[in-house]
Amino acid sequence: MDPITWTGNLGPILNPLMLAAAVVFALAFVTQLVLSFAGVQAGETVINPDRTLTVTRTPFDYALMALKYAVLLFLVCVLVYVFGGFVQPALEDKGIIGAIGQRFWPVWLSLAILFALSITFKRRLGLYGKLFDSPIGMIGFGIVMFWLFTAFFADVVATHGPIDVVSQMRNIVPGSWMPSPDEGEYPVYLLGGDSLGRDVFSRMVYGGREVLKIAPFATLFAFMVGITLGLPAGYVGGRIDTILSFLANLVLAFPVILLFYLLVTPEIVASGIPVYMAAVLFLFPIVFFVVLFNSRFHTQGGKRNILVAATIILGGWLYLSLLSDPGGFRLLPRGLDFVDMPGNILIVFVSVVFVNSPTVFRIVRGITLDVKTRDYVSAAQTRGEGPWYIMLWEILPNARGPLIVDFCLRIGYTTILLGTLGFFGLGVSPESPDWGSTINEGRRLLTVYPHPPLPPALALMSLVLGLNLLADGLREESLKD
Amino acid sequence: MALFILRRLGVMVLTALCLTFIVFFLTNLGPNLEKLAKTQGNARMSDAQVESWLDRNGYGQPLVTRYGEWLGVVPGWTREDAETGEITGRCIDPGMDPAAAPRFCGLLQGDFGYSTVSDDEVAAVVGGRLALTGKLMFWAFLIMVPAALLVGVLAGMREGSRLDRSLSTFAIATTATPEYVSGVIFIVLLASSQAGLSPILAEWGWIDGGTLFLGSARSAMDNANFWNFTLPVMTIALYGMGYIARMTRASMAEVMTAQYIRTARLKGVSFRKIVLRHALRNALIAPFTVIMLQFPWLLTGVVIVETLFNYNGFGWTLVQAASNNDIELLLTCSIVAVLVVLVTQLISDIGYVFLNPRIRIS
Repeated sequence: MDPITWTGNLGPILNPLMLAAAVVFALAFVTQLVLSFAGVQAGETVINPDRTLTVTRTPFDYALMALKYAVLLFLVCVLVYVFGGFVQPALEDKGIIGAIGQRFWPVWLSLAILFALSITFKRRLGLYGKLFDSPIGMIGFGIVMFWLFTAFFADVVATHGPIDVVSQMRNIVPGSWMPSPDEGEYPVYLLGGDSLGRDVFSRMVYGGREVLKIAPFATLFAFMVGITLGLPAGYVGGRIDTILSFLANLVLAFPVILLFYLLVTPEIVASGIPVYMAAVLFLFPIVFFVVLFNSRFHTQGGKRNILVAATIILGGWLYLSLLSDPGGFRLLPRGLDFVDMPGNILIVFVSVVFVNSPTVFRIVRGITLDVKTRDYVSAAQTRGEGPWYIMLWEILPNARGPLIVDFCLRIGYTTILLGTLGFFGLGVSPESPDWGSTINEGRRLLTVYPHPPLPPALALMSLVLGLNLLADGLREESLKD
Repeated sequence: MALFILRRLGVMVLTALCLTFIVFFLTNLGPNLEKLAKTQGNARMSDAQVESWLDRNGYGQPLVTRYGEWLGVVPGWTREDAETGEITGRCIDPGMDPAAAPRFCGLLQGDFGYSTVSDDEVAAVVGGRLALTGKLMFWAFLIMVPAALLVGVLAGMREGSRLDRSLSTFAIATTATPEYVSGVIFIVLLASSQAGLSPILAEWGWIDGGTLFLGSARSAMDNANFWNFTLPVMTIALYGMGYIARMTRASMAEVMTAQYIRTARLKGVSFRKIVLRHALRNALIAPFTVIMLQFPWLLTGVVIVETLFNYNGFGWTLVQAASNNDIELLLTCSIVAVLVVLVTQLISDIGYVFLNPRIRIS
C-alpha cells in the first residue's frame, strides 16, 4: 500500500488556504517594510470636539491587518489539521499530522485542564498566575508542559516500543504501512523508520521521557551545590570566597566537551572516579536541608531534632541507595535498596551537575553580594541571628526571582548538554532513545534519509525554546512588581 | 594597571597548571594506561606484560614526577636495558645518541610530545589543525558579530516595539538551537538531494544537479568556497549570535533611557543621528565583553560542527585524542583550550576598563 499522506483528506481543502495565507503574509510584510521606509506612519486616534473618537487608517494599517489575519488563518489551518484526526475514522483520511494529533490526546486534554484551571485562578497563584498575563510566557509554559505531559503519557502516546525492530521498515518514509501488523498493533510508522527499523515517532516520544528524567533533577542538584557554596562565598567573603571562586573558574575554564570525554569514557568509569564525584555532589542536598532546618529551628530543640533527623534518615537512605549499584558496589542491603540509577545514567547525571554548578555558584555569589547590603540583612545581624540563618532565610528568599528565571534557562541548557553527550555517543547506552543519541545515529545517512534525525532535533529545539520563552515571561512578570 | 595584569597572569598560570594536572591525572589512570599499553604493544598482553611495557616506557614512575617531566622541570627519564645495554629515555629519540640527548624535554623546552594515534610530533599535528579551525572561526566571527550587533541595536533602539518583539524572539530561537540541531536542519534543508530546497531548485533549473550547498566540509580544508563552507560557518554563527544580540539589545535599551539621549532628543536631533552618534558607541561596551567570552563557548560549538561536517580541525582532533586516549595530544589540546579561555577573559577585562572610563582598577 502507498504510504499515507501528510495531510490526508483535509489536504486538498486546507493546503491552498495555507499557501494563500503564506503568500498574503509575505506580500503584507514586504508592503509594510516598504511603507515604513517610505515614511508612511500608522493611523492615529483623534478625539473630536463632540467627544467621539475618529481612527484614521493609512495603507500601513491595512498592511498590518493583512499580516495579522494571514497569521490567524495559518494558525487555524494548523489547528484543524492537528485536531481533524479526531473526527475522521480511517488512517488514510486523517493523514500523518491528524494521526499524530490524535495520538497526543491525553496531552491535549491535560493541557486544556491545566490552562483552564490556571487562567481561572490566576489572581491567587502568585508569580505562577502572573505568567498567564504574558503571552510569551504562556506560549513557553505551554510548550514545556506539552513535553512534560508527553513524557508522562509516553506509553499512551507512542505507537510502538522504543526498541521494537521491524527489519522491513528500515529507513522507510513517514506514513508507511507495516508489512504484517499484529492484532491491535498500530499499523503505520507515522514518522518513518530509522536505520534499524524502529519507529521514529515512538523513539522521539520516549526520548522526551529520557531527557526530562535527567535534565530537571540535574539542574536542581546543580542549584543545591551552587547555592550551598555560593551563599557563604558571597556573604562571608574573604578566603572562602577566593578559594571557591578559584575552583569555580577552574571548572569553567575547562572546555565542556573535554570534561565529558574525560569523565564518561569507560576507562575512567572503571576507575570509579564518577562514583566518588557522585558521593561528594549528592551530599550537598542533605547538607543544604540540614543547615536550612537547623539554622531556623535551633532555638526549638524538639522541632529541630525531628526535622534534622528526618532529613538525615530520608536523605541518607536515598543517598546510599542511589550510590549502591545493583551489580557490584553496594552500601545497603538489597532489601533496602529501592532507588536505582543505572550506572551510565549516574555518570551522565554527575557530569552534567558538575558542569552546571560553577555557573550557578557565580550567579548566587553575585546576588548575595548585592542583597547582603540591604537593611533587612543588617536588621537580622543586629538581632543576633547566625550567619546561616541570614544566608538561607533572609538572603535566599529575596534572591528567588533571578534564581527561578535562571533555573528555567538552565534546564534548557542542561537539555542541550545532554544532547551533546548523546551526540558524541557518550554515557548513555546505544539503544537509548534520547534525542541526542537519535540525532547522532541519524546524521550518518542524513542527506539520503533526512527523516530519522529531524523529529528529535525539532523536539529538542522546541523544548529548549519553550524553556527560554518561559524564563523570558517570568523575568518580565517578576520585574513588574 | 600593570599590577592588575601581572596578578591576572599569575592566576592564569596557576589555573593552567591545575587544569593540565587534572587532565594529566585523568588520562594517566590505571585503566587508561593499560589500554594504551595494549594498543601500542599487543592487544593480548597479560597483566605482567602490561606492567613491564609501562615500566619500560617510563610510565612506572610516580605521577607527579611524570607530570614534572612533561612540564620540563624534571629531567626526562632514562633507562638502561639489562640485557642489551641499550639506553632509552624520554628525551632520546629513536636512533639518537643517548649522550647527545638533552636532559629536559617538556613543555618549557617547546617539546609537546608525541601523538600515538597520528604517529607524529604533537606540535606538527596541532599546528595545522589550529590553522584550519582558525579559518572556520574567522569566518564565523565575521558573520556572527556584525549580524548580532545589528539585530541587537535594531531591537534595543525602540524597546517594546514590534520590531523589538520579532527580533528578540528570533534571538531567543537561535540560542535555543544548539549546533547539532541547526546543523542537521541546515543539511536537510539546503544540502540534501532528497529533501528541502535543493530538489525544487534543481527542478526549476536554478542549480545544475547536485545540491545548493555541500553537507560535508572536508573539501573546505584545502579549498574553502561558498559551496562547501557556508553551512559550517552558518551553524556556528547562528548559535552564538542570539546571545550577543540579546546582550546588545539589553545594553542598547538601557542606553536609550539615559539622560543624555533625552537631552539630545529635546534638542531636536533626529532619531537616526541619536542612535548612530550618541547611543551606539556607549551601547557597544557591554557586548564587547560578551563577544570575548563567547570564544570558549564557541570551542564546544567548533567541536560539534567539525564532527558533524567532517572538518579535520582542532575540535575534531580533540575528539580523536580523547576517544583514543592519546595522552600527549590531549594534554596539548587542553592547554590550547584553556589558554583560549583565560586569554579571552583577560582581554575582556582589560578591554572593558579601556572602553569604559568609569571603571578604574585600584
